[in-house]
Amino acid sequence: MYGSEDLELNRRHLMAGASACAVATACPSTAWAAAENKSDPVMSKVSFTVNGMAHEVDIDTRTTLLDAVREHLHLTGAKKGCDHGQCGACTMIVDGRRINSCLTLAVMHHGDAITTIEGLGKPGDLHPMQAAFVKHDGYQCGFCTPGQICSGVAVLDEIKAGIPSHVTVDLTANAVITTDEIRERMSGNICRCGAYSNIIDAMTEVAGRQA
Amino acid sequence: MKSFTYERATSPAEAAASVMRVPGAKFIAGGTNLLDLMKLQVETPTHLVDVNGLDLDTIEPTEDGGLRIGALVRNTDLAADLRVRRGYGVLSRALLSGASGQLRNKATTAGNLLQRTRCPYFYDTAQPCNKRQPGSGCSAIGGISRQLSVVGASEACIATHPGDMAVAMRVLDANVETVNDKGDTRRIPIAEFHRLPGGTPQIETSLQPGELITAVTLPKPVAGMHVYRKVRDRASYAFALISIAGIVQRDGTGRIAVGGVAPKPWRDEAAEAELPKGAKIATERLFAGAKPTHDNAYKLKLTERALGAVLSEARA
Ligand SMILES: Cc1cc2nc3c(=O)[nH]c(=O)nc-3n(C[C@H](O)[C@H](O)[C@H](O)COP(=O)(O)OP(=O)(O)OC[C@H]3O[C@@H](n4cnc5c(N)ncnc54)[C@H](O)[C@@H]3O)c2cc1C
Ligand code: SF4
Ligand code: FES
Ligand code: FES
Repeated sequence: MYGSEDLELNRRHLMAGASACAVATACPSTAWAAAENKSDPVMSKVSFTVNGMAHEVDIDTRTTLLDAVREHLHLTGAKKGCDHGQCGACTMIVDGRRINSCLTLAVMHHGDAITTIEGLGKPGDLHPMQAAFVKHDGYQCGFCTPGQICSGVAVLDEIKAGIPSHVTVDLTANAVITTDEIRERMSGNICRCGAYSNIIDAMTEVAGRQA
Repeated sequence: MKSFTYERATSPAEAAASVMRVPGAKFIAGGTNLLDLMKLQVETPTHLVDVNGLDLDTIEPTEDGGLRIGALVRNTDLAADLRVRRGYGVLSRALLSGASGQLRNKATTAGNLLQRTRCPYFYDTAQPCNKRQPGSGCSAIGGISRQLSVVGASEACIATHPGDMAVAMRVLDANVETVNDKGDTRRIPIAEFHRLPGGTPQIETSLQPGELITAVTLPKPVAGMHVYRKVRDRASYAFALISIAGIVQRDGTGRIAVGGVAPKPWRDEAAEAELPKGAKIATERLFAGAKPTHDNAYKLKLTERALGAVLSEARA
C-alpha cells in the first residue's frame, strides 16, 4: 500500500505519463488504483492492424498478443501450444518479422501491423506456401500448421534478406536455400506429428518457384 | 500472472526514473524472458516500463574502431550486421546458435545479457530456491544438477548463466554502458558485469536498482579464427551444456571463454596462456578449484574435448 502522499505523487506522475502518451493510447487510465490492490486487473487500450484491418481493444495489460487475437478478435488460426516460446504454434508476422505471439504483450504492439495465418490467404485464394503445404501433406493433425506456414513464409524472406543462420558456412557470404538451412531456421516450430520432411518439401518448392 | 501497470518510456533517464519511483517496477524489452517468468510467477513486477520506444536500436562505429550496439538491437539484426559478421564472427555465431528465429527477432542485446538461469528449481515455485526466494535453500544441490555450474558457484547456488551471446561478449572484452535515474552514465567491463553468487545469488549483475543498459561497446576487431562451439542435447533450439567462444591463432595462442559451466561466462587469462600446450592443460587450469556435482562432472571432459576440436581446427 502507498501512503496518501505517495499516491498523490504517483497520480501526478500518471498525468505526466498520460500526456506523454498522447499518440500511444495504451497508457492505462486505472494504473494506480491497481497498484493499491494488485489482484485487480489493469485495463488498457491498444490499437493495431491485424491482416489489414484496424482494431482497437480495451484489455487487461496481462493479455498476450496471442490471447488478444484469439480471444478478443476471434481469429483462432494461431494456436497456443506451450505458451512459453518453446513450440512456435503461435507464430505471427509482426511488421514483417515472425515472432512468438505468446511471449509478447498486446499493449506492446500499439500501431503494429500483424499478419496471422488468416491474413496470408483463404480457401480459394491460398498463399503459395499454404497451397504447397496442402500439396505436400505438410501436416497431419494440423495444430502446428498455422505457425509452420507463417514461419515458413518468413524464413524464405529472411534468407532473401541475407540473414545468416547457425548452419551458414561462410558468414561473409549470403546464405543459399538448402535443406540444412530450412531445417535449422524452422527449428523453432515443433510438430508432434512429425510432418517435418513434407514441410521441407513444401518450402523447397515455394523457394524454387520464387527464385 | 500478477496484474501490473504499464508505461511506455520516452527517454532513457525517464525510464530509469520510473523504475526507481515505483516499488517492484521492471523494464521490459523483447519480453521473451521476463514474460515467460511472469507467467509462472517467478517474476511478479507491479509495473512494467516498456523501453521499446527508446532510440537505442542502432549499431554505430566508435572512435577507436569498434562498435557501439544499442541496448534494443535485436539478436537477429546484430548477428546479421555485416560489420559484426566480418569483424566479430564469434558474436554472430554465438547469437545464431541461441534460441529460435522467432525469439531472436524479439530478443534484445540488453535483455539477452540479463536473461535468468534455466535451473529447473528456479522455475518451480513449489521448490526451495535461494535465487528466487533468498534463504529458502537450494534444491539443485543434491538434486538434478546436470545442466548447472561446475565452477564459480557457491553453497547457496550452483545455477549457470545460460546464454550464448554473453560468452562471445566476454571473449571480445565488451563494455556495458548504462544510465541511471539522475542521468549519470557509466561503463562496466563485461568481466565485472555478471556476479558470482556467493551468499546472495539473487543479485546477478553489478547493475544498481533502476539502472538502464543503453548500449554494449566492442573494441576494434581482433584477427584470428572466430569460433563458437556449442554442445547441446539436440542440434538446434536448445541451451548449451557447454560452449566455447574463441578467437584462436594458427600457432594455438588466443582467447577463449566458456559458457554453460559457471554463473557467468568463464574466462581465465592464465588458462589462455596455456593454450599452446593443448586442451588438456588449458582446461585443467581453467577449471582450477572446480567443484562439479556427480551429475555435471561430465562438463570438465566435454569442455576439454570441445576445446581440443577448436584448437585443431585453428591449426588446420
Ligand atoms: C524457448 C527458449 C529458448 C531459448 N534458447 C536460448 C539459447 O539457446 N541461448 C540463449 O542465449 N538464449 C536463449 N533463450 C533466451 C533468450 O535469448 C532471452 O529470452 C532473450 O535474449 C531476452 O531478451 P529480451 O529482450 O526478450 O528480454 P526481456 O525478457 O524483455 O528482459 C529480460 C530482463 O532484462 C531486463 N532488461 C531488458 N532491457 C533492459 C535494459 N535496457 N536495461 C536494463 N534491464 C533491461 C528486464 O527487466 C528483464 O529483467 C531462449 C528463450 C526461450 C524462451
Ligand atoms: S542452483 Fe540457484 S537457481 Fe537453482 S535451486 Fe539452487 S539457488 Fe535456485
Ligand atoms: S504457444 Fe507460443 S511458442 Fe508455443
Ligand atoms: S501436424 Fe500435428 S503437430 Fe504438426
